[in-house]
Amino acid sequence: MKARVIVTLKNGVLDPQGKAIEGALGGLGFGDVGSVRQGKVFDVELTGSDKAAAKAELEQMCEKLLANTVIENYAIEIA
Amino acid sequence: MKTAVIVFPGSNRDRDMFHALELITGTRPQSVWHTESTLPDVDLVVVPGGFSYGDYLRSGAIAARSPILKDLVAKADSGVAVLGVCNGFQILTEAGLLPGALMRNAGLTFVCREVLMETVTNATRFSSKFEKGQVWRCPVAHHDGNYFADADTLKQIEDNGQVVFRYAGDTNPNGSINDIAGIMNAKGNVLGMMPHPENLIEPLNGGLDGRLLFESLLEAA
Repeated sequence: MKARVIVTLKNGVLDPQGKAIEGALGGLGFGDVGSVRQGKVFDVELTGSDKAAAKAELEQMCEKLLANTVIENYAIEIA
Repeated sequence: MKTAVIVFPGSNRDRDMFHALELITGTRPQSVWHTESTLPDVDLVVVPGGFSYGDYLRSGAIAARSPILKDLVAKADSGVAVLGVCNGFQILTEAGLLPGALMRNAGLTFVCREVLMETVTNATRFSSKFEKGQVWRCPVAHHDGNYFADADTLKQIEDNGQVVFRYAGDTNPNGSINDIAGIMNAKGNVLGMMPHPENLIEPLNGGLDGRLLFESLLEAA
């Protein structure tokens, strides 16, 4: 089973890397860019077949390691 | 005073810390590899600077899940003094021993320079030898030192007197909120700071300003 975990910065947390990317996109002539926030994607391959159990386990993975919940949110997608 | 230094793959300021502790306490620190399960019986455990696990995932994130951390948390809960410097500060926040998080420097660049520090309070075991409000020199060398905490947490640590050191004289090198350079836990036995006091402890370093922190700990032990 394939799962995707998306980790993003919480609203209100300053993202200097996103700001730099935003500036660079503006410099390339993309005038429509309002703002950019940088995040992370983890593709996790799981051996089980129970989707509900997998989701619960992925939530634990996010809480314990993949995300720092002081500054980040996470979303889980299971294929 | 008996001390121990935890070493992770990628730690690189452990030897500086060893030298400082031995010079100032007169006793050789014990080195503890991250895979060990128990810390020796000591008065102070130091989590040193460096780039544990190459800063993969987030600075300090992987090291904070090392086997030895379980006992570090237990020791901290029992009141043993814990000092985290630079990557050590990042590891302590990732492990939940200190509030907040250390994010990419606001200027996006690695900073390696000297800053000025203000000792906000000397009513701690880490700062008793400083004068309250004393401004001192200290080197910094980091990429992820931008301290962040949400508004409630920030109010709490400010109100509780947990902010021990602030960058002074417009030398904040990383955009840290409220110029925070070092904080401690509510109980006052765990301190994390981005600057490196262990690198300003003898005339060869160009100053002795960092000694006061270790002398404070020595007095408290």
